[in-house]
Amino acid sequence: MPTIHYILRDGSRRSIDADSGKSVMETAIFNNVRGIDAECGGSCACATCHVYVDEAYLSRLTPADEMEAELLEGVAAERRANSRLSCQITLSVELDGLTVTIPERQA
Amino acid sequence: MSMLETLVIAGASHAGLQLAASARELGFDGRIVMIGDEAHLPYQRPPLSKGLLIGGTDPGGIALKSQSFFDDSRIELISGRRVAQLDAAARLATLDDGRKLHGDWFALCTGARARRPVLPGADLQGVLTLRSLDDAMRLDAMARGAVRACVIGGGFIGLEVAAALVSRGLEVTLVESCMRPLERAMTPEVADSVVAAHRARGVRLLLQRKVKALHGRSGALDSVGMVEIEGGERIECDLVVVGIGAIPNAELAVAAGLRTERGVITDRLGRTSAPHVLAAGDCAAFPNPFAPDPTAPVLLESIQIANDMARAAATNLVGRPVPYGAVPWFWSDQHDLKLQMAGLMAPSDARAIRGDPSSGRFSVFGLRQGRIAWVHSVNRPADHVIGRRLIAAGVEAAADALASMDLDLKTLLATAPATTTT
Repeated sequence: MPTIHYILRDGSRRSIDADSGKSVMETAIFNNVRGIDAECGGSCACATCHVYVDEAYLSRLTPADEMEAELLEGVAAERRANSRLSCQITLSVELDGLTVTIPERQA
Repeated sequence: MSMLETLVIAGASHAGLQLAASARELGFDGRIVMIGDEAHLPYQRPPLSKGLLIGGTDPGGIALKSQSFFDDSRIELISGRRVAQLDAAARLATLDDGRKLHGDWFALCTGARARRPVLPGADLQGVLTLRSLDDAMRLDAMARGAVRACVIGGGFIGLEVAAALVSRGLEVTLVESCMRPLERAMTPEVADSVVAAHRARGVRLLLQRKVKALHGRSGALDSVGMVEIEGGERIECDLVVVGIGAIPNAELAVAAGLRTERGVITDRLGRTSAPHVLAAGDCAAFPNPFAPDPTAPVLLESIQIANDMARAAATNLVGRPVPYGAVPWFWSDQHDLKLQMAGLMAPSDARAIRGDPSSGRFSVFGLRQGRIAWVHSVNRPADHVIGRRLIAAGVEAAADALASMDLDLKTLLATAPATTTT
């Protein structure tokens, strides 16, 4: 069971024992982690589940596909090199300990 | 608040749940009771016509919130029941099992139901509509044993179902009465690319055809086996999916004496004509600031409207009202097309096409009084998300500039005043 850490807008941290196969977004929604809106339910259509991924884990993630990369162009908060849409990050044991930071705004 | 109030929410889907969640986030500390007529925990509806049908989504994985959310947020969920009657003056809701609930606030989030066809044979087995998780599971089960399917209606649901079923290997025929699918919702360029995508994947599209009757199959006369088109054409099939629109569930509001037209009429705060009675989601119509006529109530069925109206309605509960102000948006996945729509189109709006429609990657921008009013995108998600912000900011643009790929849309954002899209 991978553990994932969410850094919330107020700087506090939520650590969750997640299920492999779930996305970072789904895990947040299911555990009521605030600040990830995911209005399209994970269809890669809305860009409201933006997170900043801990640099140390970036290389372990499947790179963003074309759709995600384009959506990231339009995220409401600053886009950074470690910006990802959390609906597109599927959790696995390899990602145990992943930390993601929630941006100041999603829309 | 000196005394704790009770909020009673009729309906437990996107709008009802968002209203409850927002009420708690805003600090509403009273009792929240939510009544939903389905057996499931509130779930996401978009995957029902998309991922769920192609096996990419697990039915257990589409819950909107976990049980612990309801426990932690002190939201009492009554499943498998509905509010049968509302006495707004007496502030009393009566459930269909006779239970009575007193409320200080009521929210009508009763959604909509699929329109059934008025056709001979419409009651045959195997004639399905798609609205709920149970509908989707029924369709999934029937599709397993089926070879041929007929979809009636070229709206979003019909097209998404056709795409899903053909990808499962069924022979699919879609019958649409208009010249193009999505005729009222999308520009002709987008509709044409939808037609091309469906035909390329083997969906047989019969446009400008009307269904005359549905017939049973030989040997099993109570099960649908054939669709008869006006003019005599016959389509043999093992199942029929009807996607001809939705009817808002406004009966509760009508019986309660609330102002209704097609849907419960509210203002931008989700307030109905009765004090302390709110409404949001697919059952409600309100004047949308981004509509061509921003003063007339409009009923838009979408997740975004449901969520943002519910958020606005919840602000009444804590005495800090913030009306709806978000740019409407919507999306649809069909085959390899991602359609994304932002803003609301009017036939008289000027248009600019960005990108080459024949490439399957383009956007159509709509301009109203020189400002970007809407954008419909086909496989151009960046245009969509940036477009939403351009619409929110009321950015002015020239059609020929928008049509030129030399223009980076983000530079337009820089010219806009600070946006407030939430």
